[in-house]
Amino acid sequence: MIATEFPLWATLPASLLLVIGGLLTVIGSLGLLRLPTFFARMHGPSMGNTLGTGCVLIASMILSSALLHRPVAHEFIITVFIVIVSPVTAMLVMRAARYRTRVKEERRQQGLQREQE
Amino acid sequence: MRRVPPIFALVMLAMWLLLNSSISLAHIILGAVISSLLLLAAYPLRPLQPRMRRGPVLLRLAFKVLIDVIRSNIGVARVILGLTERGKIHSGFMQIPLDLRDPHGLSVLAMIITCTPGTVWVELSPDRSMLTIHVLDLVDESEWIERIKNRYERALIEVFQ
Amino acid sequence: MMPLLDGAIWFAQFCFALATAFAAIRLIRGPGAQDRVLAFDTMYINGMLSLLMLGMRSSSTAYFDMALLIALFGFVGTIALAKFLLRGEVIEP
Repeated sequence: MIATEFPLWATLPASLLLVIGGLLTVIGSLGLLRLPTFFARMHGPSMGNTLGTGCVLIASMILSSALLHRPVAHEFIITVFIVIVSPVTAMLVMRAARYRTRVKEERRQQGLQREQE
Repeated sequence: MRRVPPIFALVMLAMWLLLNSSISLAHIILGAVISSLLLLAAYPLRPLQPRMRRGPVLLRLAFKVLIDVIRSNIGVARVILGLTERGKIHSGFMQIPLDLRDPHGLSVLAMIITCTPGTVWVELSPDRSMLTIHVLDLVDESEWIERIKNRYERALIEVFQ
Repeated sequence: MMPLLDGAIWFAQFCFALATAFAAIRLIRGPGAQDRVLAFDTMYINGMLSLLMLGMRSSSTAYFDMALLIALFGFVGTIALAKFLLRGEVIEP
């Protein structure tokens, strides 16, 4: 299936990292389905985002270095970008979720009061 | 006009070289020209200067964070697959008093907390003294406060303040 | 040693497809709009990883640029959606 031959020193760690990264990502996304509340579900994908992506990108780095016969590190930029960006996403999504649950709760209580009157 | 720190230009040059994945002289010159022009254009937008000292502390912190990320990945995977002893997980918000005030240190702390699965940075109070985080497996609040204050915050204060 | 790498890439691709499917289920079912935004965020990361897998399979580095662009634009999309949920508009006057 794969077009070119890779040396042994590249295939062994790359395969290991790919298997670990795939498992971590799939468990993280499974958490998106299994965990009960939204705030608990926030934690599932962050597994795949950090260590899963990191493993796959390191494997990609190893393989493309072996392919081009010189060290290639441009996958490193994606890792750095995701690490820098993930708190911004998490903070905004979290703030939106808290705001929406608060508004919903207030509306529900207003509805209850109106029913009692 | 204040002195422009050269480290921004160096980081941008490194990124240019990484994107082109070459270190030929032509790319170095082109990257240097582009990064210094961008720096001159973008400098008025960024008035705050980071003060960083003690690089080795930062390296040790990065290593510690890597270990913690691996450990908490295993922990969160156990929770998701339902392998914990207690059947029901107990997640919730908690508040941590902070001593760190430097914005760059706080942003590094945000990256650390968010990239560690199991904890998410929620918000910081406007006077930067109280941090709210959400923890997936909240067993003992004081243990988390201890961990964040001792393991991460102390090193960041040492580096940035 | 090639069957090992081949199998690992197959396995990883399968995992990312499964993860995308889980995220899609949450995207369709999700009780709140914030669940959908979170599922979208997971989906673009998984899509980026699948693209990298394709790059490894075909032994080319051209897929890297697409992965970088997906990472950039997915981030912008998630931020815009979260901001919209928070305020009702993305760019405030």
